[in-house]
Amino acid sequence: MLTLQYIPHHEFSHLVLEDKLKKIMKAVKDDKILLIEGRLDPIEESELIKRTMSEINKNFSGIEIASIDYDLKKQELWDHIRKGIANLLLKRRSGLTIVGPASIVREIKKDPNKIELLTMEKKKKR
Amino acid sequence: MGLGSLFGRFFTGLFGKKKNLRLGIYGPPNAGKSSLANRISKDWLGEEISKVSHIPHETREVIVKEKITVKSKGKELTFNLVDTPGIATKIDYEDFIKFKMNAKEAKERAKEATKGVIDAIKWLDNMDCVLVVLDATINPYSQVNITIIGNLAARNIPVLIVANKIDLKKSDVKRIEAAFPQYPTIGISADKGTNLEAFYDELFKLVKQ
Repeated sequence: MLTLQYIPHHEFSHLVLEDKLKKIMKAVKDDKILLIEGRLDPIEESELIKRTMSEINKNFSGIEIASIDYDLKKQELWDHIRKGIANLLLKRRSGLTIVGPASIVREIKKDPNKIELLTMEKKKKR
Repeated sequence: MGLGSLFGRFFTGLFGKKKNLRLGIYGPPNAGKSSLANRISKDWLGEEISKVSHIPHETREVIVKEKITVKSKGKELTFNLVDTPGIATKIDYEDFIKFKMNAKEAKERAKEATKGVIDAIKWLDNMDCVLVVLDATINPYSQVNITIIGNLAARNIPVLIVANKIDLKKSDVKRIEAAFPQYPTIGISADKGTNLEAFYDELFKLVKQ
């Protein structure tokens, strides 16, 4: 069974980086797929990758993540990045971030026209 | 981004060229970063610097080759080349078992690979310019690519996107150009040595920024 957890902007945006990372890591380790209103900026994303890497073990193989703009279809990827940096500077949030455990979310396919979340049954580790 | 790094870049711009220019090679696993590092090093130093493999995360440590001098059209460029481990959001040791490793070897490789990703991200602050190597046969709209390029943009580090593996039928350089129109993109095959002259021309332009 898949569990989706929605985190509205007002519950997430005021958190400091460490608390954002803790909240995300706790949810994905509980096998939840997070839908966060707003986007992480590039620095926050790289910190999340570092944290993920430091916590990988035989029971946790990492995350799948995608951040999207509501108007992604009309956007170039560069606009997406630029908005991320603008958000970093202005503390503004728009769009949506999807994060899930790699053991459940096999892939988030993204192109300018669509987003597909491909899931799989959680496998038992040897 | 560290304040030291910001100030360093600012004063380098004010007072001329930095002595030891660092050229980083970044990208997701298996895009051909080490193949490109080897190609550059072999072309100008006559020796390879990294091991390459079809198994993901072959490069698990940051590798620095100092003082590579590239010459093109009467110009000369010297830099320290930094080959970094592929950046990923997940590493499952069981994926390595598929490549005929035993469980112990696979777990060790996964552990080293996670450290490699962390190191690659930490090294971002030390780069003067970066080649982002992407596999031209793969959809470029991945979060890892966005995160790498977003981090470089936030640090104001000049970027050249290298669309590698253009010798393969499925490669599509235009798709990469369309995804990142603000950056120059050059299609090459590091493995076959295709279009390298144009690549070195772009490298000179990158370093001038």
